[in-house]
Amino acid sequence: MQFLTLLMRNRLAAAGGIVLSLVVLLALVTPLLPLANPDVTDTANRFLMPGAQGHLLGTDHLGRDLLARLLHGTRLSLAVGFAAAFFAAFFGAAIGIIAGYFGGRTDNLIMRGVDMLMAFPYILLALAIVAALGPGLTNALIAVAAVNIPFFARNIRGVTVGLAHKEFVDAARLAGLGHTRIILTEILPNVIPVIVIAMSTTIGWMILETAGLSFLGLGSQPPQADLGSMLGEARGALITNPHTSIVPGAMILVIVMGINLLGDGVRDALDPRLRSGALTRPMPATRVERKGTIPDQGDGEAVLSLRQLQTQFHVKNRIYKAVGGVDLKVAPGECLGVIGESGSGKSVTALSVMGLVASPPGVITGGAVYFQGEDLVGAPYEHLRSLRGDKVAYIFQDPLATLHPLYKVGDQLIEAIRVHHPVGRSEARARAVALLKQVRIPNAESRIDSYPHEMSGGMRQRVGIAMALANDPEVIIADEPTTALDVTVQAQILSLLDELRRERGLAIVFITHDFGVVAQLCDRVAVMYAGRIVETGPTEAVLNAPAHPYTSRLIACVPELGGGRRRLEAIPGLPPAVDRLEPGCAFAPRCLKASAACREGDIALEGPGMRAVRCIHPEAELEEGVA
Amino acid sequence: MTGYILKRLLSAVPVLLGITVIVFLIMALIPGDPALAILGAYATPENVAKINRDLGLDAPLVARYFIWLGNMLTGDFGTSFSLNRPVIDEVLDRFSATLLLAGTSFLLCTLLGIAAGVISAAKQYGWADKGITFAVLLGISIPSFFLGMMMILIFAVELRWFPVSGMKMAYGGGGFADVANHLVMPAFALAVVATGVVARLSRSAMLEVLRQDFIRTARAKGVREGRVVWGHALRAAMVGIIPVLGIQAGFVLSGAVYIEMVFQWPGVGRMLVDAILKRDILLVQGGVVFVAACYVLFNIAVDVAQSLLDPRIKT
Amino acid sequence: MSTVLKLDGLTKSFPVGKRLLGKPRGVVHAVQPVDLEVQQGETLGIVGESGCGKSTLARMLVGLLPPTGGSIEINGAPLDNADPAEFGKKIQYVFQDPISSLNPRKTIRQVMEAPLKRLHGMTRAARDKRIAEIFASVNLREEFLERYPHEFSGGQAQRIGIARALAAEARILILDEPVSALDVSVQAQVLNLLADLKAELGLTYLFISHDLAVVEAVSDRVAVLYFGSVVEVGRAEDIFRAPRHPYTKLLANSAPVVGRALTAPEGRETELPDPLNPPSGCAFRARCPHATELCAREVPQLSGEDHRAACHHPLDQSGAIETEVSSQG
Ligand SMILES: Nc1ncnc2c1ncn2[C@@H]1O[C@H](COP(=O)(O)OP(=O)(O)OP(=O)(O)O)[C@@H](O)[C@H]1O
Ligand code: SF4
Ligand code: SF4
Ligand SMILES: [Mg+2]
Repeated sequence: MQFLTLLMRNRLAAAGGIVLSLVVLLALVTPLLPLANPDVTDTANRFLMPGAQGHLLGTDHLGRDLLARLLHGTRLSLAVGFAAAFFAAFFGAAIGIIAGYFGGRTDNLIMRGVDMLMAFPYILLALAIVAALGPGLTNALIAVAAVNIPFFARNIRGVTVGLAHKEFVDAARLAGLGHTRIILTEILPNVIPVIVIAMSTTIGWMILETAGLSFLGLGSQPPQADLGSMLGEARGALITNPHTSIVPGAMILVIVMGINLLGDGVRDALDPRLRSGALTRPMPATRVERKGTIPDQGDGEAVLSLRQLQTQFHVKNRIYKAVGGVDLKVAPGECLGVIGESGSGKSVTALSVMGLVASPPGVITGGAVYFQGEDLVGAPYEHLRSLRGDKVAYIFQDPLATLHPLYKVGDQLIEAIRVHHPVGRSEARARAVALLKQVRIPNAESRIDSYPHEMSGGMRQRVGIAMALANDPEVIIADEPTTALDVTVQAQILSLLDELRRERGLAIVFITHDFGVVAQLCDRVAVMYAGRIVETGPTEAVLNAPAHPYTSRLIACVPELGGGRRRLEAIPGLPPAVDRLEPGCAFAPRCLKASAACREGDIALEGPGMRAVRCIHPEAELEEGVA
Repeated sequence: MTGYILKRLLSAVPVLLGITVIVFLIMALIPGDPALAILGAYATPENVAKINRDLGLDAPLVARYFIWLGNMLTGDFGTSFSLNRPVIDEVLDRFSATLLLAGTSFLLCTLLGIAAGVISAAKQYGWADKGITFAVLLGISIPSFFLGMMMILIFAVELRWFPVSGMKMAYGGGGFADVANHLVMPAFALAVVATGVVARLSRSAMLEVLRQDFIRTARAKGVREGRVVWGHALRAAMVGIIPVLGIQAGFVLSGAVYIEMVFQWPGVGRMLVDAILKRDILLVQGGVVFVAACYVLFNIAVDVAQSLLDPRIKT
Repeated sequence: MSTVLKLDGLTKSFPVGKRLLGKPRGVVHAVQPVDLEVQQGETLGIVGESGCGKSTLARMLVGLLPPTGGSIEINGAPLDNADPAEFGKKIQYVFQDPISSLNPRKTIRQVMEAPLKRLHGMTRAARDKRIAEIFASVNLREEFLERYPHEFSGGQAQRIGIARALAAEARILILDEPVSALDVSVQAQVLNLLADLKAELGLTYLFISHDLAVVEAVSDRVAVLYFGSVVEVGRAEDIFRAPRHPYTKLLANSAPVVGRALTAPEGRETELPDPLNPPSGCAFRARCPHATELCAREVPQLSGEDHRAACHHPLDQSGAIETEVSSQG
């Protein structure tokens, strides 16, 4: 049902579907229509023009009624096209599922055979088959179906291999299911959408192909005619009587176009990735739609200061308030930790600074980002670009995904330098080597020519750090730079970052979900929950005397090494979905101290000096902290 | 690198053998006496005797295959009875014409298709994207033979920009201008479908790549958008596009059969269709094996290009 | 107490660079000979860095991967998964990624019914009753049964995964990183649930994780895996407090802890050894501050009584090398 709604929402697909249904309907009722016999020749009335008495579309070179021939030809072409698609899909899918599920030698053998068939330009194979079996519509059908089997087989095999290694298949095995049952109940339901997609995108193609063989005179034989052979027969009179060619040709075009439109719609409706609208490309800078007043800069000492920043995701008719008014600031030489659970808006906050939030669907809807006193929200793209990587640099989480897989790490470093500084290649290269040495990469001179996949995770992240340092930025924003790494490597990267910041007086915004990391690295910390800062202050003050109930319970529920075997203090419930935030404190549903007042209006983030908390009943009296 | 090329060439040997086996088996499907089937209308007693001797048709299937293969390896593809000419000579003559046509089309579809796809992706949902998407849809829905016929009607008959057919090259005359003049229409007609497919694929490959983390990294470095799209993103997208180019080359070769019929192009496709209709089996066999082998070699070139582009492929 | 799970010289190697015919290009020893015993009612934690063979080991235990060598005994009988229906009743697995361990096109009821139907041959009514019981014990509402996996959060999906494992009524559960895909606040909920179920049903756990603190908090004993081998086994409260193997010590010192200053605990090489070209002797040699010539020559074997370590120069309580201490004293 959902599928049909989706399909109809897609206007082009709906149009294609309607056109196609009309044609199919017409083809179905053709025998019932009062049409002339399509095969009766009448040489006296050859080449009548469309509109002639009794011949709506005119007649062909033998005086046969074009309308009757067109409709009967359409019937034939559709039947053959659909049949070919069905057979190809059936056998191809069966082969693909077997090869993909069983893997190993079976897979190897089958796929070698398939590769062999795919080594032919497909028409050669079709021609060979027709040559052997002799011209004729059935043989053309066999040929077209046969040459398309490898396509299906390969496609379905790929999907099946992916599925066969999914954990739910293992789970089914452990639940006592045998191979046949697993294929039928676990694999097949997940493969069918792919088969449908592949079919809907190839039926049009197969109709073209069978028409093509008929056009060459190898398909349907006279007097029977499908659309292709009508076109083939009309070719001789192309110049003198073009209408005999245009009529069947236009019909093929209409049919195939209808199928293709519908097929695209089917694909979009069935492919979950496309369904969520994920396949949009992000624009060079996040869209800005700022409403309300622009807050002032606040603290003058901060090199970077976020004021009331709001970033949302507009997906269909939902609005996700990923960042709902965040205030943060960081001074030169300072390290600010931002901590929170997954989905609390840490990354979105970080990316908003330089307009790197994917857009669509992201929109910055309010607040300001002051860098050295200048508001960057809504700044012209070229200006933003000139600051990116030069004044404000990023280090991202997964170093394998964040480095370009096909460029040498050296080239990526050199590029980072040369975008902002007009230096020669050799000079940039020397600087790149120096950078790699600074981040303690052994044999920097040779490592510079490595590709990312040739390095270990820790080494790659060092390259990521080197790239961030390339232009001596004022601020580095590190978004969980060590989460993907093993603890031993994490310890090294953290101490490297700490050293670098002390040496260079860098301001660092360090995002993490690990209190241990914050405690070791950061001067100040801000705790985020549901897109807002709920508590902030000097690290020690916050960790030793958390004031917000969320902070204190989060600290309590994370086991700490050395605590021995024990029961953990769990927080019941889940973090809220940011598209359905209730008024008042977002933590209220999970908070033991929640009162009616907590669920009313906005609660301010307040406190003396560097300490602040967003809570009506804080756990502790705030003391003015000192960094 | 040379090692890799050699390795790939070596791995082509079983594929080539497989191709001959497949063609041989398909031809073995022909019902009735093979000698009569091969000779068809030319089945004089001396011809039957000759063919039985040449191809060992009395021998069992496996032996016949090896005799046939052995002949081919020495360059003997048999004789075309309808043309009364060695198959290999005819195929070579015709294939050069096809190569010119298909090669031009392939270049066209690669350049136009990738450019259209990249622009379409970079301007997603903009006017350029919508225009390209519609043109692509039209391109992949129109039968190339119908398109060719319509082009003849419009550009040759109505506008008289290009000649309908009658290229002199095939008969040993005609300079570059003559060839080019005759090439424009068929090459375009042939390129349209493949261009559509390449453009579609490039678009989705680009959309996929543009969402990747490393693109965000490039932007975070301050790389200019033009370079992000045409450098970082296209480079990564090519990894997905190149294999499809290999497949598209096969489609262009296949489509050439129709286009050669429509434009009277003296290529191998037209030769094959004529041969089938005249039931000149040896000519079909030889033509199919030869073209398929060339296509295999072309795909090796594609693999090599891929390995040059993607360092993650072990060479 | 009785031994419910016994691994004896269990190994697994993967051929790499397979060819259609002939021998593969190389062999990766994902799990070197491993000997372990798990007692009835115990939680044995297994820790190690990524790629050290944790999941390979776990998958062999439940028969999803055939071992290359060695043996597995369950309740004294050798592992025999010829009959999946019998085998599934003995040992079950809880997967790391809760969402992808549920078939996206099956309702939760269908997921839950499979083991009841296939392993226990229950009737419809009996199944419904049993599902209701299990759901009550993992704090899931029965209305979830008609929904599809994508409608659940990670924590809920992991409860469903646990419920499915319970439905098989196996007494041994292999938990492969059961909470690492979950949010910290939800992680504690699931860990507590696991503890309750264990106490209630008398289960035995093999708890795999890369998070030292989590493992310490839930385990009775802990085994540390490095490069496919167990390098240290001991009681949970001792193993990180007073590690005997230099690698365990490195791990413990690397874990970020509130109130401990940042140190880069490693001065020497940091890379794991190349699995295609394993070093001679101790695999940890290149990273070990105490490596000697003996370490290069001989592979250290697990030794010791309760607290065993595979090291030629194990550390004592104070963290010094024992041999050095003895030579001083
Ligand atoms: N492209 C997107 N489209 C729609 N919603 C998004 C998108 N990116 C993020 N969100 C939403 O924004 C919110 C904040 O996400 P964000 O990535 O900032 O969290 P995070 O704190 O960084 O989490 P993690 O610890 O997992 O990195 C989440 O609710 C998320 O679902
Ligand atoms: S404001 Fe109220 S509900 Fe929110 S954390 Fe404070 S006490 Fe709890
Ligand atoms: S055996 Fe030697 S190298 Fe290995 S951990 Fe012990 S001391 Fe270090
Ligand atoms: Mg994040």
